[in-house]
Amino acid sequence: MNKLKKYAASRSGRDTLLSFGIVIVAFVVVQALVLTGGISSSMKGLLVPICAYIIMAVSLNLTVGILGELSLGHAGFMSVGAFSGIVVTTSLADTIPSGVVRLILAIIVGAICAAIAGVIVGVPVLRLKGDYLAIVTLAFGEIIKNIINVLYIGKDASGLHFSILEQKFTLDETGSMIINGPMGVSGVEKLSSFVSGFILILITLFIILNLINSRSGRAIMAVRDNKIAADSIGISTTHYKLMAFVISAAFAGMAGALYAMNYSTITAAKFDFNTSILILVFVVLGGLGNIWGSIIAATLLTLLPELLRAVNSYRMLIYAILLIAMMLFNNSSLKERLLEKRAMKQMEKLEKHDKEGA
Amino acid sequence: MKKSLSMLLAGLMLVGALAGCGGDTASTDSGDSSASGTAFKIGGTAPLTGDAAIYGNAVARGAQIAADEINAQGGIQIELKFEDDENNTEKAVNAYNNLKDWGMQLSLGSVTSKPCEAISTDINTDRIFALTPSASSVATTEGKDNVFQMCFADPNQGTASADYISEQKLGTKIAIIWKNDDVYSTGIHDKFVAEAKAKGLEIVSETTFTDASATDFSVQLNDAKSKGADLIFLPMYYTPASLILTQANSMGYAPKFFGVDGMDGILTVENFDTSLAEGVMLLTPFNADATDDKTVAFVEKYKEAYSEVPNQFAADAYDCIYAYAQALEAAGATPDMSNEELCDAMIEQFTSMTFNGLTGENMTWDSTGAVSKSPKGMVIENGAYVGM
Repeated sequence: MNKLKKYAASRSGRDTLLSFGIVIVAFVVVQALVLTGGISSSMKGLLVPICAYIIMAVSLNLTVGILGELSLGHAGFMSVGAFSGIVVTTSLADTIPSGVVRLILAIIVGAICAAIAGVIVGVPVLRLKGDYLAIVTLAFGEIIKNIINVLYIGKDASGLHFSILEQKFTLDETGSMIINGPMGVSGVEKLSSFVSGFILILITLFIILNLINSRSGRAIMAVRDNKIAADSIGISTTHYKLMAFVISAAFAGMAGALYAMNYSTITAAKFDFNTSILILVFVVLGGLGNIWGSIIAATLLTLLPELLRAVNSYRMLIYAILLIAMMLFNNSSLKERLLEKRAMKQMEKLEKHDKEGA
Repeated sequence: MKKSLSMLLAGLMLVGALAGCGGDTASTDSGDSSASGTAFKIGGTAPLTGDAAIYGNAVARGAQIAADEINAQGGIQIELKFEDDENNTEKAVNAYNNLKDWGMQLSLGSVTSKPCEAISTDINTDRIFALTPSASSVATTEGKDNVFQMCFADPNQGTASADYISEQKLGTKIAIIWKNDDVYSTGIHDKFVAEAKAKGLEIVSETTFTDASATDFSVQLNDAKSKGADLIFLPMYYTPASLILTQANSMGYAPKFFGVDGMDGILTVENFDTSLAEGVMLLTPFNADATDDKTVAFVEKYKEAYSEVPNQFAADAYDCIYAYAQALEAAGATPDMSNEELCDAMIEQFTSMTFNGLTGENMTWDSTGAVSKSPKGMVIENGAYVGM
């Protein structure tokens, strides 16, 4: 019991417990509401996207907050996961009737494909620093979008057909298009559910929080804080940079697959620069390196535009004002004072523990 | 000190903005509660803000005019509500769910194609009947027995355009400029090319643009010019089309231009020299300059209320509401019916009825949800649409 208390009082322990606590309590409350029918359909419709955005924000926090590199192409990885996941679920529709199994497969394949994309982008890109890296990741996001825009994938009795730029294959009468170039995907089976989103968040939190608190995590943070110092003590900066980047990409791929299976139609244009920025906003407003902050920011900022629907055209205005207010608060002396107070209290707690222990 | 001041200001602005909107919502709320139970609740999602706002607002306004007219006649009462979807599939699903919470019994689907595809699956599972004014892609109605269209499906427009060009012998060497990241444009382009081949039309140049490159068309126009195209087919909305016309003119290139229904509205583009559009041909179901009583009355009302000329989106939405009114009356439906009952009744009515509206006479729907009406060929002469 004492051990747990001490763990809860330490910074990393508190963050971990808080992150899991928020997610589990929120899940229990919302699931109870869903089962008793006490939730409106608009809120119900938002559950899966919120789950996907939380995973996106947490994974981007690994790159931006923990690794300290600005990535502006996170939505690109999301789209890789989304479209590879769709190809998997659609092509396996006849062989595997169970929707849950197909969703899991789609998420795994989505994660692998996004991780591969992460390696391809990461190897050359992570040699760059700061602004340059940001610009290249931005370009990558656009390239992925444009590639999927000219990608044609169809399925018929003889298997899958691929072509680039225009549809160069003809399908037999049983065939159907999976990805139809700029028209994207239509008629996706909706396999995602709130429960699957919740489990995926737990997996994400478990892996990412453990990574952060592990030796590798400390090495990644050392690279962020001072590359030269990290180099000098024998940490392979490229290796750890790539590791954080690829793990972050893989989770974005998972989120993409989850997101895509929640809509019957999806186009590459959805995963554009604006989506990347939106996720970056979640991370920045939640606090760089702060995982539970990302969870709350992603949830709030996804809910907010819907909650503001009642005020019609003022919606966008208020949304923007709230963003500005939150940013001001993040930098205000008010917050600093609050943080100081909290730190003082914690110090006292730890001291008390130490005394009790002695 | 400075920071806390800015915080305070931000807070004040927020309170002000909230207070400012408070009045608005209160009034609509009271309107809702007084009418519910006695009126049919018809809802639709539309891009009321963002790039496609011009279409969304046209639909919302056209539908409102029709609803007001029908309500004024007594008889069937209609309560109309539009939610903003920003032309975004995710937002469209949210907006649709919002309308469901409001108690929507009949849907107007969505204004643009992709959002409508996204919500039509939900519409199908929720058994709410939908009649979309302008979402023209095939996937919108495919496999859903309760989603119907008021506009032509994209392929029909492509085929009809190719037929029209070959029948009227408008051109021998055809160039196409199309937007390849757009469902509407791609859908029309594909069918046009297929039909053109079948009719023996020669396509000499096919060039594309995307959202990101919709400002400069010199490459596409030069390609068409160097290959000697005498007719350029423009399956796109009017904003890029107006740029193409302007740039072709400054190049001194004057082929014939042929558009589809998205071209309707080109004469209202701000800062566009309408003389450049002289001789442009387009296929559209609606002509704001038509002299029949219905169109004249509608255009007058629309102009009075919103001080602009309605485009075909507004006309399609107007027709949607009237088609609903006709079907509801014929089915003897009452506002206390559930959406499932209304859905079955509407499917039965729409597959069997004939409707006369602004955008066509003797319209009928088949069981796939596609409408059958004949497109009108128009040509722009002296700054006005004239039937060909």
